[in-house]
Amino acid sequence: MNNKLSVNSSPHLKDYISTPNIMLDVIIALIPATIISIYLFSYMAAIIISVTVVSSVLFEGLYNMATKQKQTVGNFSAVVTGLLLALNLPPAASSIWLGVVGSFVAIILVKMIFGGIGNNIFNPAIAARVFLTVAFSSQMTSWLSPGVDGISTATPLALIHNGIITSNLDLFLGNIPGCIGETSALALLLGLGWLLIRKIITLDIPLTYVLTVMVFALLTGQDPIFHLLSGGLLLGAIFMATDYTTSPMTRKGKIIFGFGLGIITMGIRLYGNLPEGVSFSILFMNVLVPLIDRYTLPKSFGGLKKKNA
Amino acid sequence: MKQHKIFKGGVKVPHYKHSAKTATTIMPIPDIIEIPMQHHIGAPCEPLVKIGDSLLVGQKIGDSDKFVSAPIHTGVSGKVKKINTVLFPNGSKVKSILIETDKNQEIHPDVKPPIINNKEDFIKAIRESGLVGLGGAGFPTHIKLNPPSDKKINYLIINGAECEPYITSDYREAIENTEDIISGIGNVLKYLDIDKVLIGIEDNKPKAISELIEISKTIDKIDVVSLNSKYPQGAEKMLIYALTGNIVPAGKLPLDVGVIVLNITTVAFIAKYIKTGMPLVKKRITIDGGAIKTPSNIEVYVGTYIKEAIQFSGGFKEVPGKVLMGGPMMGVSQFNLEAPILKQNNAILAFNKKQSVLQEQTACIKCGRCISACPMNLMPVYFDIHNEYKNVDELIKLDILSCIECGSCSYVCPANRFLVQSIRSGKELVRARGNKK
Repeated sequence: MNNKLSVNSSPHLKDYISTPNIMLDVIIALIPATIISIYLFSYMAAIIISVTVVSSVLFEGLYNMATKQKQTVGNFSAVVTGLLLALNLPPAASSIWLGVVGSFVAIILVKMIFGGIGNNIFNPAIAARVFLTVAFSSQMTSWLSPGVDGISTATPLALIHNGIITSNLDLFLGNIPGCIGETSALALLLGLGWLLIRKIITLDIPLTYVLTVMVFALLTGQDPIFHLLSGGLLLGAIFMATDYTTSPMTRKGKIIFGFGLGIITMGIRLYGNLPEGVSFSILFMNVLVPLIDRYTLPKSFGGLKKKNA
Repeated sequence: MKQHKIFKGGVKVPHYKHSAKTATTIMPIPDIIEIPMQHHIGAPCEPLVKIGDSLLVGQKIGDSDKFVSAPIHTGVSGKVKKINTVLFPNGSKVKSILIETDKNQEIHPDVKPPIINNKEDFIKAIRESGLVGLGGAGFPTHIKLNPPSDKKINYLIINGAECEPYITSDYREAIENTEDIISGIGNVLKYLDIDKVLIGIEDNKPKAISELIEISKTIDKIDVVSLNSKYPQGAEKMLIYALTGNIVPAGKLPLDVGVIVLNITTVAFIAKYIKTGMPLVKKRITIDGGAIKTPSNIEVYVGTYIKEAIQFSGGFKEVPGKVLMGGPMMGVSQFNLEAPILKQNNAILAFNKKQSVLQEQTACIKCGRCISACPMNLMPVYFDIHNEYKNVDELIKLDILSCIECGSCSYVCPANRFLVQSIRSGKELVRARGNKK
């Protein structure tokens, strides 16, 4: 049989998991939040989401073409970034162009010039959201109450600064003003369920993050349920803080990461000038990830000591 | 039944034990066999025969005076046609003896049951039998069975885990040769002072477990333990932990935690040899894979060409794209079908073209799956990075030499990184540094 045999290093068997599969699972997990956002904020949400996703994919594709690199849009990570960014925008008409600008920042400035997927320091969607919040603060806070003829209003976290309390049931279902994808806790929890079933993420980061926030709230005499359900906490904890590249790889590291996120988020919410601290806390903790990874190296099985530093 | 511990990490691999249900068939003597002078870990043997010599069954044809080595025998009678050189897939060249068989199978006068009066005789007999670890690694058994006198051995562990997909040769041994396994254990216990014997078998082989329990229930010293089917359950360190809770320290041997581990087919061979005096010249191997027509177990003479063994099993049903010696997780891919079957070989797998496609590597997304999958609790992702930049200090710090190359990390990697390959290359860098100093 004159037939060449392929020769390579073991193992010669591979499970089904691949980067595009993982990204597709994240997209599926975001479907409930996407559907509810379109239900709550009508066609405006649909337009914002479509424009942001398409521009994210385009920017990644064009960057690869311009720099003559291998095309990477097929791994769907740009779709995830675009979708997450869109869900982080307010449901106003200005968000359509904010989505395009944000996609440029997320894909080109935060991800591609650092080496593309797997090499970025910051979570692209979060970094873009923070950039937009700072650069276009009035557009990024044009909150509307849910409904087709939504009227201008403030978010529950801003309201509570003035002593106005929103019902926890409204918070849970998402019947509140806020970014298009962060309002419905129910939808986000459905997404969490999917990610856990598919073993895309573990509970380490979201649970530590959320518990830290709730304990912090309890200790300072605040309503922990309110802090759990309001703002971008669940969206951030489930989908943004768990981004592989910008979170620690070991279990211990993930718990430290989640704890840091909780402290910074509540610090900003309670003592800062901004009503919301999820984005900033994730951005800040992203910087610490290499350090956390370095100091949480596990002891090898049968190893004598930890191999720190 | 005795409880067992569960090691950290590992992966759930598909079992693919297609050949489990069919009894072993015996392959007739081929016209030509080629026996390499190295099957084992350690020093290669020197040929004891020359061109034109007539050989009888069981005759010793290669030996070495080095400590870590095992002699080599022929299982066929015939004439030495040529002293050849075989190129192993790892790049090393080894002498081999090409034998034209005459099929008379006249037995060599040296083949008679060994006379054993004490431990020294026993160890010597094991050495003369040419026995090496038949689970795949091929470590000479007589060295394992001869621990330094200051080391107390508490457990003899019999490894029947067979955690690699496809392979069923140990399983067939447990079903077809149950009595030899128990009497082989008896032989070891007679000459070595050991408190307890634990036979570990993955729970996907209930028939092997129940037969061994049945036959050993009158022997207090022997416990059969059903282990959960998780790869790499059969890796020595994982198996010792699962069965005894002991962790073998890095750089140490099972002896250091009072354990000797023998593969289940290895221990059965001890009984056969003591009964008959016929050295290790035959081996049961599993033939399977997507390109194989009939998955089966066949008994072949050591030195039989892969090609002929496959032909005997029923041949190919598809064009093979990759041929492995051993299992899909740790087996070695062969560059041609004229490679001879070795003593420690337990399977020949032929993949079809589709199974042989090597997925392209993409960028690491730092998902940490390799870390969760590593049974040695190492960080394969960093080995990959530091190997690329030849960062030897980091590789040493991260304990790269502890890696057992089980392949769990590459198996789960969504970016298809060639992690085991990087680790092997990284280990070479570390060893090269060590040699320089």
